[in-house]
Amino acid sequence: MVVVKLRESNLKVKAVTPYATELTKLEKKSLVNTMYIGRPLSQFVNQYGTKPRLQLNDKIADLNEIPLFLERHKVKLPEGQRPGITTSMKIDGDVTMGFVSDVKTELRKAGQLKVNYSAKKRTERSGF
Amino acid sequence: MLAKKKKKANPEINASSMADIAFLLLIFFLVTTNIVEDKGVLVRLPQWSEEPPIDLTLNTRNVFTVLVNAQDQLLVRGEPVKIEDLKTRAKEFISNPGRREDLAESAKEAIISLKNDRGTHFKQYLAVYNELKAAYSELWNEEAKKRFRKDTIEECNKEQQNEIKRDIPFVLSEAEPTAFGEEK
Repeated sequence: MVVVKLRESNLKVKAVTPYATELTKLEKKSLVNTMYIGRPLSQFVNQYGTKPRLQLNDKIADLNEIPLFLERHKVKLPEGQRPGITTSMKIDGDVTMGFVSDVKTELRKAGQLKVNYSAKKRTERSGF
Repeated sequence: MLAKKKKKANPEINASSMADIAFLLLIFFLVTTNIVEDKGVLVRLPQWSEEPPIDLTLNTRNVFTVLVNAQDQLLVRGEPVKIEDLKTRAKEFISNPGRREDLAESAKEAIISLKNDRGTHFKQYLAVYNELKAAYSELWNEEAKKRFRKDTIEECNKEQQNEIKRDIPFVLSEAEPTAFGEEK
């Protein structure tokens, strides 16, 4: 039973993360920025179409908004902590790699190389 | 004459059940809240460079090529493999216990090459990445047991961890995806 759920932003895309076993926990919340990739939810289809989109904060964004998004997060942190910034990518399992690769390329261009593909712990039952 | 102190009846609220109620509420919220914790597969992307990558000619026996196509099928070193077998295959390749001619010369030389199509589903890509990572972490744990009598690499100290990771480095090279099966 889940009554209260603490969420950071309103999701406009469907981002059901896949299962994995080799998980790393992200400890320092302040050093993490989150991106969502998935298909827009049904109520946003008219606005954003059905193709996979990227969500930054509360808005659907284009790829060219990534550098600014990263920079905005970076300036809030002291110089010494900046190398530890990790991008948490919550990507829907059914999205194809084409769009994901485009986002990855943007991240590499922006110099944000530490990436965490968000995933749920796989138990024996859930299989592949 | 001294003013006579008036005896006022002190109205009291019976608060004995307060603690019970507070505990009940505390336990209720403990049980029903789930704090979203962020877990995932940590990867390090390669540095971006405008120049085309240098054409390295590697000894083919040291390269473990994994191709994932747009139908989410796997091709490992030229033959189709099921994802369930990928970890065993990767481990055998890296450690090469039988000193076979076609597997890696040593764990240090071993390189994993991962390539996918633009149409590969993310969940399959992550599953493959996960299996490759699992192969390495199992090898690390085995090494930790052999060298330092520890059950997992996490129990070793930093120096020992670095020593193991230096001898069995996780080298994964990812190629640009090929443009098959692009999103409709």
